[in-house]
Amino acid sequence: MTPELVTEATRYQEAFRQATQTRAADEPAWLQTLRESSFAEFERAGFPNVKQEEWKYTNVTPIARTNFVPVLTANGTALSKGADHSGLAPFIYDEARESRLVFVNGMFREELSSKSALPAGVLAMDLRAALRDDEHEKTVREYLEHPVLANGFAALNTALFTSGLFLKIPRGVSIAAPIHLLFVGEGATDAAPPAAFPRVMIVAEENSAATIIESYASPSDDSVYLTNVIIDFSLADGARLQHYKIQRESMGAFHVATTRAELGPSSAYHTTTINFGAALSRHDIHVQMDHEGAECAVDGLYMVDGSQHTDTHSLIDHRQPHCTSRQLYKGILDGKSRAVFNGKVFVRHGAQQTDAQQTNKNLLLSNEAQVDTKPQLEIFADDVKCAHGAAIGQLEDEELFYLESRGINPALARNMLTYGFAGEVIERIKIDSIRRELDDVVLNRLHTDL
Amino acid sequence: MLEIRNLHASVDGNEILKGINLKINKGEVHAIMGPNGSGKSTLAKVLAGHPAYEVTAGEVIYNGKNLLEMTPDERARSGVFMAFQYPVEVPGVSNAQFLRLAYNEKQKHIGGEELDPLEFKDLLKEKAAIVEMDASFMSRSVNEGFSGGEKKRNEILQMAVLDPDLAVLDETDSGLDIDALRIVAEGVNKLHSPDKAAIVVTHYQRLLNYIIPDFVHVLSGGRIVKEGGKELALELEEKGYDWLKTANGANATAAPQAG
Repeated sequence: MTPELVTEATRYQEAFRQATQTRAADEPAWLQTLRESSFAEFERAGFPNVKQEEWKYTNVTPIARTNFVPVLTANGTALSKGADHSGLAPFIYDEARESRLVFVNGMFREELSSKSALPAGVLAMDLRAALRDDEHEKTVREYLEHPVLANGFAALNTALFTSGLFLKIPRGVSIAAPIHLLFVGEGATDAAPPAAFPRVMIVAEENSAATIIESYASPSDDSVYLTNVIIDFSLADGARLQHYKIQRESMGAFHVATTRAELGPSSAYHTTTINFGAALSRHDIHVQMDHEGAECAVDGLYMVDGSQHTDTHSLIDHRQPHCTSRQLYKGILDGKSRAVFNGKVFVRHGAQQTDAQQTNKNLLLSNEAQVDTKPQLEIFADDVKCAHGAAIGQLEDEELFYLESRGINPALARNMLTYGFAGEVIERIKIDSIRRELDDVVLNRLHTDL
Repeated sequence: MLEIRNLHASVDGNEILKGINLKINKGEVHAIMGPNGSGKSTLAKVLAGHPAYEVTAGEVIYNGKNLLEMTPDERARSGVFMAFQYPVEVPGVSNAQFLRLAYNEKQKHIGGEELDPLEFKDLLKEKAAIVEMDASFMSRSVNEGFSGGEKKRNEILQMAVLDPDLAVLDETDSGLDIDALRIVAEGVNKLHSPDKAAIVVTHYQRLLNYIIPDFVHVLSGGRIVKEGGKELALELEEKGYDWLKTANGANATAAPQAG
């Protein structure tokens, strides 16, 4: 086949045909059926377009037009070539050195990972291996067959994922070391850009507790690749998960992610997402509170510059009484960047005693930056405590004057306030080395040293 | 050290200061008193360089330089400090970071030694003792969640760190209980020296029981209508401000919006 004849559709068709052939012997029939229907759904719907309400402000044409090649096998990559894997060093957090699970272009890499800090009984395996295991197949099947967001990206992930992670934290186990899922994107310089479709499932059994770090990084500042990831959390009674997502993809990369969390009775899911990277990023985060007494905190920060575009669609769904949700999302925009925040909080009929608070605040550092924010609170219960708000603005004159009156020059005062604006989210991350890294990124972007 | 000559200032087009004259020498403490709306807080803010206040006439000479031509940060680095009546909260920036940055900016200006976080911690500990502030306040965001009294103590802590030549205290006593008032006032006294001067802006006499002024100036309608020694403050406490307005013919209703 000559490249000129490759159209958008046939490119993914070709990959799907190849994948189907290589997997045929390997995968259960139900999964083959699911993949067929997902791919058919992708072919029918295609990539989302701006005529769809949920994609109104985010044009994914650059993704559709790029000649991505789905990664179906783990290739030898620059990172893994050194015997010491030193290429990974900048992306590893000290606290999770021995509890890290590494993925390169979406493929789980056992030899780059370390599980020695994980207590006995904690399962961390490639999702594909879990599918071949009688003990886990049923759990994985339930999760995969559970409908995800209906869009082309999600359908494509289900059709094409070839690797990922199945992580299970057994009943009553608290894991001290944070578990780091490190996704490294390596764009090819001499070939078509790769597209990764990792799929992750995290099961926290009754009264278990853990901290999950999900980070995206690239050894190159500008390489082109696509990450299209789906990550699911399932929390049983009383389980507590702390989740940090740090998105620092290459500035040439595209990042499309779905995060879902299903909260059991009296469970707690606290998540903080930091978006710094990618030319274009889209994050759908969906927290479903189907049981009483659950609580969640869904926080985030996006800081973009140049021509970056970032889009967060959040849905916090209160379906049962006595649940609490907190949301603080902040944005800092410079250059000609653009951000979208769509935050839905649903309080369903009968979800009495719901306590929900949502805030989105945006700081525009340039006249050319643009933000579209839509907090959306829909309440169908009558005994609830809910509040939401959104703000777009510049730095406060009174705050600037206060700093200046202490001898700090105006440029530094501005940077300090911007740093403080970001800090309100960053300080929620309880892992020192991540906080330091994020502080450094923010200060570096502001060309400031504190 | 400071000479204010015929100072006129307005905010949003309303003239609030209508010709202030004041001379302050090293070692002196001056109290500025007056009823609400007399312009005393405006005077403090004009000295600090608040951008909302426009000087329409007059001049202010500070150590031989034209203070009004200096930006707020230049004034601060040159030794002018205003303790705010309503200190501003700065979320996400720790007190220690903020104070070290301000301290180092001043050191740069005067050719002193800049301190790294560890060295600065020692200095901060020493200064915090002056206002009886606990170390836990240093890692917290500037003024965020502080009580009224804690905010005022934090202002005096900043003053202690920056070691100004001219301190302007804008209603530092407002909202303080008697213990906090004592701590704040003692802090100010400890920081005073024959090389320094202070302007204490206050509505009530009670702060002046702790910080003894050399001179008391009474503002009304944007002008100084009476001056005297510390005993004038006691007289005002007894008689109130009304008798001054009529006695001096000042326009008592001139500027109700000024604080």
